[in-house]
Amino acid sequence: MDYIQSIIFLLLAFAGIGLFVRNILKIKRNILLGKAENRSDNPSKRWKLVLRIAVGQGKMLARPVAGILHLVVYIGFVIINIELIEIFVDGIWGTHRYFGKILPSPLYNLTTGTVDILSFSVLIAVTLFFIRRNIIKVPRLNSKDLLGWPHMDGNLILIIEFLMMLSLLIMNAADFTLQKKGILYSCGFFPVSNCIFNNVFSTFSVESLYIMQKSAWWFHYLGVLFFLNYLYFSKHLHILFAFPNTYFANLQKQGQLNDLDSVTKEVKLLLDPNADPYQASTEESVPEKFGVSDATDLSWIQLLNAYTCTECGRCTSSCPANLTGKKLSPRKIMMDVRDRIEEIGRNIDKNGNFLDDGKQLLGNYITPEEIWACTTCNACVEACPLLINPLSILIDLRRYLVMEKTAAPSELNSMMSNIENNNAPWQFSQNDRANWTKE
Amino acid sequence: MERPIKTMAEFKAEGKSPEILFWVGCAGSFDDRAKKITKSFASLLQKANIEFAILGQEEGCTGDPAKRAGNEFLFQMQALMNIEVLNSYEIKKIVTACPHCFNTLKNEYPQLGGTYEVLHHTQFLLSLLNEGRIKVKGGIYKGKKITFHDPCYLGRANDVYEAPRELLAQLEVNLLEMKRCKQNGLCCGAGGAQMFKEPEPGIKDINVERTEEALLLNPDIIATGCPFCNTMLTDGLQSKNNNSQIYVKDLAELLNENLS
Ligand code: SF4
Ligand code: SF4
Repeated sequence: MDYIQSIIFLLLAFAGIGLFVRNILKIKRNILLGKAENRSDNPSKRWKLVLRIAVGQGKMLARPVAGILHLVVYIGFVIINIELIEIFVDGIWGTHRYFGKILPSPLYNLTTGTVDILSFSVLIAVTLFFIRRNIIKVPRLNSKDLLGWPHMDGNLILIIEFLMMLSLLIMNAADFTLQKKGILYSCGFFPVSNCIFNNVFSTFSVESLYIMQKSAWWFHYLGVLFFLNYLYFSKHLHILFAFPNTYFANLQKQGQLNDLDSVTKEVKLLLDPNADPYQASTEESVPEKFGVSDATDLSWIQLLNAYTCTECGRCTSSCPANLTGKKLSPRKIMMDVRDRIEEIGRNIDKNGNFLDDGKQLLGNYITPEEIWACTTCNACVEACPLLINPLSILIDLRRYLVMEKTAAPSELNSMMSNIENNNAPWQFSQNDRANWTKE
Repeated sequence: MERPIKTMAEFKAEGKSPEILFWVGCAGSFDDRAKKITKSFASLLQKANIEFAILGQEEGCTGDPAKRAGNEFLFQMQALMNIEVLNSYEIKKIVTACPHCFNTLKNEYPQLGGTYEVLHHTQFLLSLLNEGRIKVKGGIYKGKKITFHDPCYLGRANDVYEAPRELLAQLEVNLLEMKRCKQNGLCCGAGGAQMFKEPEPGIKDINVERTEEALLLNPDIIATGCPFCNTMLTDGLQSKNNNSQIYVKDLAELLNENLS
């Protein structure tokens, strides 16, 4: 009857992976709703960024405690998943620890031993993470940005990871006890799980051990499939998106804001005495919108940023506006963008095309008060371990407010009209510009 | 000023071109406090016998506050006008005491057709010291407790952290670092056109937060390299009713006082 198990295993794999692929394609479609932006230059520099920032966790250690714990979970995650190869082989062929039979035992012992130790380390790390979040209540993980689902999401991830690690340890310990009893083929090395569970497990009957081993194995497998599909709903998506997001990161100096080409064209026409004003107006029948009022006005990079955000709040906890009690929170900006583009995506799924829902990013999600509080200091950009740029979004929203709506705060309007009239942001006469040389 | 300062137009009339263009900036031209920084820097240039010019009435706002306020139109108008002037004089090297002008000229003008070598005055002054064109004299600031506030547009925006600190080292000051410094430096609150408006409602003003952080170190002087940071921190000190003798000074001022 073993083949029935194999069939169930395969069906679950197809369903789980299929659903996951479907969701990823949906996200890809949503991201591509954004405006084009070319980030294909300088591939070697980009690969180095991926290696340093995503693979090498280059920015995480700026906050040492979280950084080290995260490193443990990250290394654990990468290495423990090697175990999946064996789970798949065993699941499909109905074997048991197939590699234990074919691999030289030192190699198999090394692998299982490492996985065993790492499973325990991750278990401890996620427990500490949970304590930081819920008992010590680290401020950036308990701000009002995270009320509701995001808070729950953070905890669910930790709980799922905890259970996944626990199931691995139980599986190993039960397996090893059965091996010692001579029931199962003896292979592998399980230093930690054996040490923790040995005393209890050795008193269990062969049947219960067998059931424990099997159920832990299935639990872990189902957990993997569940987690894979959970990503779509969660900030945990960063475990995949960290890589493309760092690859496509901005390579310019942080101080450089992008130009709007649409504006350059018009300004050049304005300043060019030989330009034919009539030609200009007929050339492009639909005038381009300046700046951003909804998520689909953003570039695909900014949308990719939003899906990649881990909601860690490092940006917000270094934002001068937020630190002094203003409403602006760069993390919330990223979360708002993701929520809105998801909403637009669901709208498209339902109606085939986007049907106006009377909402937009500006106003319904992000208010002018938040937008105008930013000092463009780049602290958020610097702090983000994944090279996300909340500032670029704030500037694009300002552009819309100013160039499409002339809705800047009145003091800024005076500043701008001073520049237009006096060539300086204050009301001074241009003739007095060099007065200091004579003082 | 000790000697007259010439404009580009004057240099051109003489058929000469100066070593550098000193981009003064709007604050440096009009703001009373910032003018002192401008004069200190010009005086240092004269002491080093650098042939430099200003644009005078041909200089206009770089457009930085307009761009940061979202007015890309106005920014590009300003940029194109300035670039036309700069290119007509075939300017190669620009030095400025304002990190905002520095950032804009250096990073945002090239795409619009204005490519120059742009230096912040702390970088240029350091090179003058290193080349021996000026020499630190007496030690009026020797051992003084000084903390340096990193201007966002010099530090994070352009990764210039060391030049100002090396200058301070040459003055043999006792450099104290605030907890948030260099890459993690806290903004003074002026950037992004905030200088020109009231802050949004909150529990505190940003410049006060930053000043408090500096005061924790009990410094004699808070040094900076930006006219806007200078204003913000000076206001911060005033709001703390600071009666002790703590000053906010630009690095050009510290160096110039040392040399005279
Ligand atoms: S750039 Fe704006 S949002 Fe980012 S940290 Fe500075 S003030 Fe906050
Ligand atoms: S933008 Fe970056 S720093 Fe901010 S919450 Fe998201 S991942 Fe963290």
